[in-house]
Amino acid sequence: MAERPEDLNLPNAVITRIIKEALPDGVNISKEARSAISRAASVFVLYATSCANNFAMKGKRKTLNASDVLSAMEEMEFQRFVTPLKEALEAYRREQKGKKEASEQKKKDKDKKTDSEEQDKSRDEDNDEDEERLEEEEHNEEEEVDN
Amino acid sequence: MADVVMGKDKCGEQRLVSLPLSRIRVIMKSSPEVSSINQEALVLTAKATELFVQYLATYSYRHGSGKEKKALTYSDLSNTAEESETFQFLADILPKKILASKYLKMLKEKREEEEEENNNDESEDDEVES
Repeated sequence: MAERPEDLNLPNAVITRIIKEALPDGVNISKEARSAISRAASVFVLYATSCANNFAMKGKRKTLNASDVLSAMEEMEFQRFVTPLKEALEAYRREQKGKKEASEQKKKDKDKKTDSEEQDKSRDEDNDEDEERLEEEEHNEEEEVDN
Repeated sequence: MADVVMGKDKCGEQRLVSLPLSRIRVIMKSSPEVSSINQEALVLTAKATELFVQYLATYSYRHGSGKEKKALTYSDLSNTAEESETFQFLADILPKKILASKYLKMLKEKREEEEEENNNDESEDDEVES
Protein backbone atom coordinates (compact mmCIF):
# COMPACT_ATOMS: atom_id res chain seq x y z
CA MET A 1 0.00 0.00 0.00
CA ALA A 2 1.49 3.31 -1.03
CA GLU A 3 1.36 5.80 1.80
CA ARG A 4 1.50 9.48 1.09
CA PRO A 5 4.07 11.23 3.29
CA GLU A 6 1.45 13.16 5.24
CA ASP A 7 -0.28 9.95 6.27
CA LEU A 8 2.69 9.04 8.38
CA ASN A 9 2.42 12.29 10.33
CA LEU A 10 0.22 12.94 13.29
CA PRO A 11 -2.14 15.93 13.33
CA ASN A 12 -0.40 19.14 14.41
CA ALA A 13 -3.28 20.41 16.49
CA VAL A 14 -3.41 17.34 18.70
CA ILE A 15 0.37 17.16 19.10
CA THR A 16 0.49 20.83 20.05
CA ARG A 17 -2.24 20.39 22.62
CA ILE A 18 -0.49 17.44 24.25
CA ILE A 19 2.77 19.40 24.45
CA LYS A 20 1.09 22.49 25.88
CA GLU A 21 -0.70 20.49 28.54
CA ALA A 22 2.58 18.84 29.56
CA LEU A 23 4.62 22.03 29.85
CA PRO A 24 4.17 24.80 32.43
CA ASP A 25 1.82 27.64 31.54
CA GLY A 26 3.20 30.37 29.35
CA VAL A 27 5.97 28.31 27.76
CA ASN A 28 6.18 28.74 24.00
CA ILE A 29 6.99 26.03 21.57
CA SER A 30 8.75 26.98 18.37
CA LYS A 31 7.23 25.68 15.16
CA GLU A 32 10.43 23.78 14.51
CA ALA A 33 10.28 22.15 17.91
CA ARG A 34 6.68 21.14 17.42
CA SER A 35 7.40 19.66 14.01
CA ALA A 36 10.39 17.81 15.43
CA ILE A 37 8.31 16.31 18.24
CA SER A 38 5.69 15.24 15.72
CA ARG A 39 8.32 13.43 13.66
CA ALA A 40 9.75 11.89 16.80
CA ALA A 41 6.28 10.60 17.70
CA SER A 42 5.93 8.89 14.32
CA VAL A 43 9.34 7.29 14.74
CA PHE A 44 8.29 6.19 18.20
CA VAL A 45 5.24 4.43 16.77
CA LEU A 46 7.39 2.61 14.23
CA TYR A 47 9.95 1.61 16.82
CA ALA A 48 7.26 0.43 19.25
CA THR A 49 5.47 -1.51 16.54
CA SER A 50 8.60 -3.25 15.39
CA CYS A 51 9.49 -4.12 18.96
CA ALA A 52 5.97 -5.34 19.78
CA ASN A 53 5.97 -7.40 16.62
CA ASN A 54 9.07 -9.24 17.79
CA PHE A 55 7.21 -10.30 20.90
CA ALA A 56 4.23 -11.43 18.83
CA MET A 57 6.49 -13.49 16.58
CA LYS A 58 8.18 -15.01 19.62
CA GLY A 59 4.72 -16.09 20.76
CA LYS A 60 4.06 -17.46 17.25
CA ARG A 61 1.21 -15.03 16.76
CA LYS A 62 0.43 -12.93 13.72
CA THR A 63 -1.66 -10.37 15.51
CA LEU A 64 -0.14 -7.75 17.78
CA ASN A 65 -1.90 -7.63 21.10
CA ALA A 66 -1.86 -5.46 24.22
CA SER A 67 0.77 -7.47 26.06
CA ASP A 68 3.12 -7.20 23.07
CA VAL A 69 2.89 -3.43 23.29
CA LEU A 70 3.52 -3.47 27.05
CA SER A 71 6.53 -5.73 26.61
CA ALA A 72 7.82 -3.41 23.90
CA MET A 73 7.68 -0.44 26.29
CA GLU A 74 9.85 -2.27 28.80
CA GLU A 75 12.27 -3.31 26.08
CA MET A 76 12.55 0.28 24.84
CA GLU A 77 13.26 1.46 28.39
CA PHE A 78 9.98 3.29 28.80
CA GLN A 79 8.99 1.33 31.90
CA ARG A 80 7.46 4.51 33.28
CA PHE A 81 4.69 4.12 30.70
CA VAL A 82 3.69 0.62 31.77
CA THR A 83 1.50 1.52 34.75
CA PRO A 84 -0.48 4.31 33.06
CA LEU A 85 -0.89 2.06 30.02
CA LYS A 86 -2.25 -0.77 32.12
CA GLU A 87 -4.73 1.64 33.66
CA ALA A 88 -5.75 2.87 30.24
CA LEU A 89 -6.21 -0.71 29.10
CA GLU A 90 -8.52 -1.45 31.99
CA ALA A 91 -10.51 1.69 31.38
CA TYR A 92 -10.80 0.77 27.70
CA ARG A 93 -11.99 -2.74 28.53
CA ARG A 94 -14.60 -1.41 30.93
CA GLU A 95 -15.77 1.03 28.30
CA GLN A 96 -16.07 -1.70 25.70
CA LYS A 97 -17.98 -3.87 28.11
CA GLY A 98 -20.30 -0.97 28.90
CA LYS A 99 -20.87 -0.29 25.21
CA LYS A 100 -21.66 -3.92 24.55
CA GLU A 101 -24.14 -4.06 27.37
CA ALA A 102 -25.68 -0.78 26.26
CA SER A 103 -26.19 -1.98 22.72
CA GLU A 104 -27.67 -5.25 23.94
CA GLN A 105 -30.03 -3.27 26.15
CA LYS A 106 -30.89 -1.03 23.22
CA LYS A 107 -31.75 -4.06 21.15
CA LYS A 108 -34.03 -5.37 23.85
CA ASP A 109 -35.68 -1.98 24.15
CA LYS A 110 -36.09 -1.79 20.40
CA ASP A 111 -37.86 -5.14 20.29
CA LYS A 112 -40.17 -4.00 23.06
CA LYS A 113 -40.78 -0.70 21.29
CA THR A 114 -41.72 -2.34 18.01
CA ASP A 115 -44.45 -4.25 19.81
CA SER A 116 -45.86 -1.19 21.53
CA GLU A 117 -45.46 0.92 18.38
CA GLU A 118 -47.95 -1.28 16.60
CA GLN A 119 -50.44 -0.67 19.41
CA ASP A 120 -49.79 3.09 19.27
CA LYS A 121 -50.29 3.13 15.52
CA SER A 122 -53.84 1.84 15.73
CA ARG A 123 -54.54 4.36 18.52
CA ASP A 124 -53.19 7.19 16.35
CA GLU A 125 -55.45 6.28 13.49
CA ASP A 126 -58.44 6.61 15.78
CA ASN A 127 -57.25 10.06 16.86
CA ASP A 128 -56.88 11.21 13.27
CA GLU A 129 -60.45 10.25 12.52
CA ASP A 130 -61.61 12.24 15.55
CA GLU A 131 -59.67 15.31 14.38
CA GLU A 132 -61.22 15.18 10.96
CA ARG A 133 -64.65 15.05 12.48
CA LEU A 134 -63.88 18.06 14.67
CA GLU A 135 -62.73 20.11 11.68
CA GLU A 136 -65.87 19.35 9.80
CA GLU A 137 -67.97 20.52 12.71
CA GLU A 138 -66.09 23.80 12.97
CA HIS A 139 -66.49 24.36 9.28
CA ASN A 140 -70.21 23.82 9.59
CA GLU A 141 -70.43 26.32 12.44
CA GLU A 142 -68.75 28.98 10.33
CA GLU A 143 -71.16 28.49 7.54
CA GLU A 144 -74.05 28.97 9.88
CA VAL A 145 -72.58 32.20 11.17
CA ASP A 146 -72.20 33.57 7.70
CA ASN A 147 -75.80 32.82 6.90
CA MET B 1 -13.44 4.29 10.88
CA ALA B 2 -14.98 5.21 14.20
CA ASP B 3 -12.17 6.77 16.20
CA VAL B 4 -12.15 7.64 19.83
CA VAL B 5 -10.76 11.07 19.14
CA MET B 6 -11.00 12.76 22.48
CA GLY B 7 -8.63 14.26 24.92
CA LYS B 8 -8.76 15.96 28.22
CA ASP B 9 -11.33 18.66 27.79
CA LYS B 10 -11.61 21.98 29.60
CA CYS B 11 -13.59 20.57 32.51
CA GLY B 12 -10.72 18.14 33.10
CA GLU B 13 -12.73 15.08 32.24
CA GLN B 14 -10.32 12.34 31.28
CA ARG B 15 -10.93 10.78 27.89
CA LEU B 16 -9.02 7.80 26.73
CA VAL B 17 -6.96 8.84 23.72
CA SER B 18 -6.50 12.08 21.74
CA LEU B 19 -4.51 10.89 18.77
CA PRO B 20 -6.54 9.54 15.84
CA LEU B 21 -6.45 5.76 15.81
CA SER B 22 -6.74 5.55 12.04
CA ARG B 23 -3.53 7.52 11.57
CA ILE B 24 -1.69 5.47 14.21
CA ARG B 25 -2.83 2.34 12.42
CA VAL B 26 -1.46 3.59 9.08
CA ILE B 27 1.94 4.20 10.62
CA MET B 28 1.95 0.81 12.34
CA LYS B 29 0.99 -0.99 9.16
CA SER B 30 3.82 0.65 7.26
CA SER B 31 6.18 -1.43 9.38
CA PRO B 32 7.33 -4.52 7.47
CA GLU B 33 6.32 -7.95 8.74
CA VAL B 34 3.35 -6.65 10.68
CA SER B 35 0.27 -8.63 9.66
CA SER B 36 -2.52 -7.48 11.91
CA ILE B 37 -3.06 -5.34 14.94
CA ASN B 38 -5.66 -6.03 17.56
CA GLN B 39 -7.79 -3.08 18.68
CA GLU B 40 -6.35 -3.03 22.20
CA ALA B 41 -2.81 -2.91 20.85
CA LEU B 42 -3.83 0.02 18.67
CA VAL B 43 -5.32 1.94 21.60
CA LEU B 44 -2.28 1.25 23.79
CA THR B 45 0.14 2.34 21.07
CA ALA B 46 -1.78 5.58 20.63
CA LYS B 47 -1.78 6.17 24.37
CA ALA B 48 1.92 5.32 24.63
CA THR B 49 2.65 7.83 21.88
CA GLU B 50 0.88 10.54 23.85
CA LEU B 51 2.90 9.67 26.94
CA PHE B 52 6.01 9.78 24.80
CA VAL B 53 5.22 13.25 23.46
CA GLN B 54 4.67 14.51 27.01
CA TYR B 55 7.88 12.92 28.24
CA LEU B 56 10.02 14.17 25.35
CA ALA B 57 8.67 17.70 25.74
CA THR B 58 9.09 17.94 29.50
CA TYR B 59 12.47 16.23 29.54
CA SER B 60 13.84 18.51 26.84
CA TYR B 61 12.43 21.56 28.55
CA ARG B 62 13.91 20.69 31.92
CA HIS B 63 17.35 19.84 30.54
CA GLY B 64 17.25 22.72 28.12
CA SER B 65 19.34 25.82 27.85
CA GLY B 66 19.35 28.37 30.60
CA LYS B 67 17.14 30.49 32.75
CA GLU B 68 15.31 32.29 29.96
CA LYS B 69 13.45 29.06 29.44
CA LYS B 70 10.09 30.39 28.50
CA ALA B 71 10.34 28.42 25.29
CA LEU B 72 11.04 24.96 24.03
CA THR B 73 13.34 25.06 21.02
CA TYR B 74 14.58 22.62 18.42
CA SER B 75 18.06 22.57 19.95
CA ASP B 76 16.58 21.45 23.29
CA LEU B 77 15.20 18.44 21.48
CA SER B 78 18.32 17.62 19.53
CA ASN B 79 20.38 17.89 22.71
CA THR B 80 18.06 15.40 24.34
CA ALA B 81 18.43 12.99 21.43
CA GLU B 82 22.19 13.20 21.65
CA GLU B 83 22.66 13.13 25.40
CA SER B 84 19.96 10.83 26.72
CA GLU B 85 20.26 7.10 26.17
CA THR B 86 16.52 6.66 26.28
CA PHE B 87 16.03 9.07 23.40
CA GLN B 88 19.02 7.99 21.40
CA PHE B 89 16.86 6.34 18.75
CA LEU B 90 15.88 9.88 17.72
CA ALA B 91 19.43 11.03 17.05
CA ASP B 92 19.17 10.57 13.28
CA ILE B 93 15.96 12.50 12.86
CA LEU B 94 16.88 15.28 15.29
CA PRO B 95 20.38 16.13 14.16
CA LYS B 96 22.23 18.99 15.75
CA LYS B 97 22.37 22.04 13.62
CA ILE B 98 25.61 23.78 12.88
CA LEU B 99 26.48 26.86 10.90
CA ALA B 100 27.32 26.20 7.26
CA SER B 101 30.68 27.90 7.70
CA LYS B 102 31.52 25.57 10.57
CA TYR B 103 30.53 22.55 8.52
CA LEU B 104 32.69 23.59 5.58
CA LYS B 105 35.58 24.11 7.95
CA MET B 106 35.07 20.60 9.34
CA LEU B 107 35.05 19.16 5.83
CA LYS B 108 38.24 20.96 5.00
CA GLU B 109 39.99 19.73 8.13
CA LYS B 110 38.87 16.19 7.45
CA ARG B 111 40.21 16.33 3.92
CA GLU B 112 43.54 17.62 5.17
CA GLU B 113 43.75 14.78 7.67
CA GLU B 114 43.13 12.22 4.98
CA GLU B 115 45.76 13.73 2.74
CA GLU B 116 48.27 13.54 5.52
CA GLU B 117 47.54 9.90 6.10
CA ASN B 118 48.01 9.13 2.43
CA ASN B 119 51.37 10.89 2.41
CA ASN B 120 52.52 8.90 5.42
CA ASP B 121 51.49 5.63 3.79
CA GLU B 122 53.51 6.43 0.69
CA SER B 123 56.63 7.20 2.66
CA GLU B 124 56.26 3.95 4.62
CA ASP B 125 56.18 2.00 1.38
CA ASP B 126 59.41 3.68 0.33
CA GLU B 127 61.04 2.63 3.57
CA VAL B 128 59.92 -0.97 3.18
CA GLU B 129 61.27 -1.15 -0.31
CA SER B 130 64.67 0.02 0.67
